[in-house]
Amino acid sequence: MRIVVAVKHVPDIQAERTLGEDGRLARDGGDGTLNEVDENAVEAALVIAEGAGGAEVIALTMGPDDAVDAARRALQMGADSAVHVLDDEAAGSDAMGTAHVLAAAVTKIGGVDLVVTGMAATDGLTSLVPAALAAELGIPALTLAVDVTVDGGSLVVRRELDHADETLRAALPALISVSDRANEARYPNFAGIMAARKKPVTLWSLADLGIDAATVGSSGARTRILSAAPRPPREDRVLVTDTGDAGTKLAAFLVQHKLA
Amino acid sequence: MTVLVLLDHADSGDLRATAPELVALASTLGSAEGVWVGAAPVPGRLPSGLARVHRVAVAHDEHLATSVSDALALVAGETGASAVLLASTFENKDVAARLGVALRAGVVTDADSVAVEDGRFVAGKTVLAGTWTTRVEVVAPVAIVLVKAGAADPAPPSGAPEVVDHTVDSSSAAPVEVVERAERAGTGRPDLASAQVVVVGGRGTEGDFGPLEELADVLGAAIGATRVATDEGWIARDAQIGQTGVTVSPRLYIGAGVSGAVHHRGGMQAAGTIVAINNDPDAPIFEIADFGIVGDLFEVLPQTTAELRRLRG
Repeated sequence: MRIVVAVKHVPDIQAERTLGEDGRLARDGGDGTLNEVDENAVEAALVIAEGAGGAEVIALTMGPDDAVDAARRALQMGADSAVHVLDDEAAGSDAMGTAHVLAAAVTKIGGVDLVVTGMAATDGLTSLVPAALAAELGIPALTLAVDVTVDGGSLVVRRELDHADETLRAALPALISVSDRANEARYPNFAGIMAARKKPVTLWSLADLGIDAATVGSSGARTRILSAAPRPPREDRVLVTDTGDAGTKLAAFLVQHKLA
Repeated sequence: MTVLVLLDHADSGDLRATAPELVALASTLGSAEGVWVGAAPVPGRLPSGLARVHRVAVAHDEHLATSVSDALALVAGETGASAVLLASTFENKDVAARLGVALRAGVVTDADSVAVEDGRFVAGKTVLAGTWTTRVEVVAPVAIVLVKAGAADPAPPSGAPEVVDHTVDSSSAAPVEVVERAERAGTGRPDLASAQVVVVGGRGTEGDFGPLEELADVLGAAIGATRVATDEGWIARDAQIGQTGVTVSPRLYIGAGVSGAVHHRGGMQAAGTIVAINNDPDAPIFEIADFGIVGDLFEVLPQTTAELRRLRG
């Protein structure tokens, strides 16, 4: 069994994050980290691999030089090898372009039974890539999983949606996206960190994937950011310490602002 | 220019609260046409402004993202639609992603406004946990925009327009089986994602949402929660507000015992007015609160509820 887990390097959400003049995220702050829910994706991939006995887990990432840190984290957690799609022409890809590149990489890896992703990345938060990636690959997408079981050649996923709870089943090969509720991600131990240093990271360019650079990156993006501005600070803010009448003051505030 | 609106509905056929908002928004952009997927009967009254409704029978379970995407692709092809608007939910993001691949369309998620500028669709959205506002243009011929609740005033109901029937005979999508699906009953409160007023509890409630429920009753509010509160089992999972939960943008947000961790702020920072009650003066939520109270929520909330009741006589 061969499992690919897609991981993304994102700016740390605890640090100040900014957009550049082109409206694109500043990714050079040095405060990058593995996207949080991707840790749950790696964990899910490892657990499934362990259950299958001898399955191979390959971490796949795309992005500038620093992006390899996300793949390295996956290697430290226990993935066997990594693929990093690194190409200046891929910069500025929108979600659809990203899915196209990742699909080409999964196809080139070959023989993949299962693709695992996180349900969202904390930078763009579009959550579009998992389903788009599955559509590109022509495999079923079982998204937003809070529980995953592999039963022979099929995959069963439980998910909790806004208005319903569902259990879905599909045959492998398939894609799953996992929620942060799917599991508790393991923390890399010292042996894992040491072992990761010797694990292979393969670099691929768009040309290696047979992708015309004009179809992805900022030149191929189907959406374009026209403007970006920091939200103006909230004005006339009030902070009171309760001395016995703060609840009444709040009621007055709500009525005054026609909110109650 | 035709703008399709996915008419999200419960199995009973009741429209979701966001549908009338999307219809109103679509009517400002072009000729709005509804898409109704599945077997539930089309209601006799629908939001005004729809030129017609496309009712689509699908090849597989109508709840699957692939079924909804197939239906929208069929109608988009037959109408030559320039845009498709959907409510911005995680389920619809799967639909939009697949449709985007099928139509080679540009997809924008979490839009709080949509306009046509120089013949192109331009969406407004906040990013980076609500700290930045952006305008995003779709440069592909077809735009797919996922619109957040509250982006427009809902269109009032009127008589149903002409209904056109379509059938998706077969799907190119890889098969997925719905083993089990249980639609949850409503809480009797407004839908969290689209509510105008939201009362939210966090760790500081210590599991007692009673004072929040009382205030929500007076305000006609939905009840939300932080990740901690749902993890503790104090309230259902679907009440979780944040980056991996529900995103809310109500007129009024009241957080009680909510610290304001960045995950949570990402799901609520676009709220119009933010009120916070917390006994920790260093809670990060006070950095973004319009009205902050350092105090005990079990003292403050009942007092507010009682005062609002008194003012209303």
